[in-house]
Amino acid sequence: MNDILSLLSFDFFRNALLAATLTSVIAGIVGSYIVARRSVFISGGITHASFGGMGIAYFFGFPPFMGAALFAIGSSLGIEWASRKAGIREDSAIAILWSLGMAIGIIFLFLTPGYTPNLMGFLFGDILTVKISDLIGLLIASIIIIALVSIFYEAILSTAFDSEFASTSGLPVTVVRYSASVVIAITIVLSIKVMGIILVLSLFTIPPTAANLFSKNLKSIMFGSVIISLAGSICGLIIAYYFDLPSGATIIFTLTGFYIILRIFKAIKIK
Amino acid sequence: MQTILSLENIVAGYESKEVLKDVNLKVCHGDFIGIIGPNGGGKTTLLKTILGLISPFEGTISKSDGLNIGYLPQVNSIDKSFPITVKEVVLSGRLSSNNWWKKPDKAQLEKVDELLAFVGMQDYKSTAIGELSGGQMQRIFLCRALISDPQLLVLDEPNTYVDKSFEENLYNLLGELNSKMAILLVSHDVGTVSSIVKSIACVNGGLHYHASNKISNEVLKAYNCPIEIVTHGTVPHRVLKNHHS
Ligand SMILES: Nc1ncnc2c1ncn2[C@@H]1O[C@H](COP(=O)(O)OP(=O)(O)OP(=O)(O)O)[C@@H](O)[C@H]1O
Ligand SMILES: [Mg+2]
Repeated sequence: MNDILSLLSFDFFRNALLAATLTSVIAGIVGSYIVARRSVFISGGITHASFGGMGIAYFFGFPPFMGAALFAIGSSLGIEWASRKAGIREDSAIAILWSLGMAIGIIFLFLTPGYTPNLMGFLFGDILTVKISDLIGLLIASIIIIALVSIFYEAILSTAFDSEFASTSGLPVTVVRYSASVVIAITIVLSIKVMGIILVLSLFTIPPTAANLFSKNLKSIMFGSVIISLAGSICGLIIAYYFDLPSGATIIFTLTGFYIILRIFKAIKIK
Repeated sequence: MQTILSLENIVAGYESKEVLKDVNLKVCHGDFIGIIGPNGGGKTTLLKTILGLISPFEGTISKSDGLNIGYLPQVNSIDKSFPITVKEVVLSGRLSSNNWWKKPDKAQLEKVDELLAFVGMQDYKSTAIGELSGGQMQRIFLCRALISDPQLLVLDEPNTYVDKSFEENLYNLLGELNSKMAILLVSHDVGTVSSIVKSIACVNGGLHYHASNKISNEVLKAYNCPIEIVTHGTVPHRVLKNHHS
């Protein structure tokens, strides 16, 4: 215990904890929305598509994060547009953008001469090198997401549940859905720092699925998954530090462990 | 009577085909129109055009200012595992273009209780929507259509799934509601429809408006509406009973 407390005296560890906390907040809320809408692969699709932007950014020498963010937003809007207007099924659109983004990223990285710094960090997450600017980004995103969800909760819920009915009653369904796409993309890109491209999907999926075991109400699933995600990432982070393991992968193990424990707990409670 | 909705020379359908051709219809305050026609005749397409879910290829739709429409869809393509409670579903019906960012007020919360009690679902307020039976869900969607006190109520086969005793309640309720709102009711139960509606629209590609609730097989034939009315009495649901005996 003292060991853990002494860890807190390290700046890098404090920052990592803060990053894990804020990431849990945004991924818990946005992930619950994504799981409710049954489009969990959207998070996998968007992160992998963002790899394309990263590759282009390395090649042309501008900040990889910017490239990733642009590709993430573009593909998120693209998925929404393709499934609503172009008559392509959402899962197909996701698969197409997922592989296209990876292909673009691989080609541009291949063409980039020399060393590409931080590439492993983007792929697998690198929470111990979180910078103050990352934390500020996460904090701003958390505030905006909490505000949007609490102000527009009813409209978001109603549009996600039955968008045809919502549009007959005059709700701005298109605005709600496209805004949600942008928010999802930004949340995902910010979470890459903690989880890495390969593993972000699980941070958006496991906690809401666990919370959904105990609640059939979106608002409480959002609360629940923030808590579960928080507990999972902090435990994961500490374990990763002590055993010198990659943080993102360790967090997935703890989250999955939590899910299994909660599942057993529920089964016992029902008996 | 004040016209609240009018369709003029509407041609509508889907990318692949025209379903409705040259449709004209006027709905006035106080109307109760039964919409009948064969499967695939275009009844649902007509309602979706009225609701603005599909835009017509040709023709004009005019609605009175701020016309509030309550809608009960025919098939619900909703996701049964969506985390939403009965209360939230009913409340979602109160949102409209000019209040969608507002939280429900006390009167609206009370209205939920009142409607749920009316359809006999007061004990299910916090139940997840996916845990209801088909008929129970249909009742909840009826509440959702009614909570905004619409001036026009559009019902697409509301009697699917619901049992006979609720069906009778439903028809009584519609009769009552009609003093406050115009109603469009799609149904295949022609006998019953004609006993509660004021006029009938036959939809089969085109639309033939029949200004009375009495309709005969001859008239239906003339309207190019290949359905049969089996009326052996005035009691609703007699049709089924006759088949059994
Ligand atoms: N989304 C769609 N895309 C293409 N065609 C459609 C679509 N929905 C309906 N149709 C076609 O339009 C025609 C009219 O369908 P509609 O649903 O309006 O019929 P309906 O009168 O409501 O029938 P039912 O009594 O079975 O409910 C049908 O031939 C149907 O195949
Ligand atoms: Mg229909």
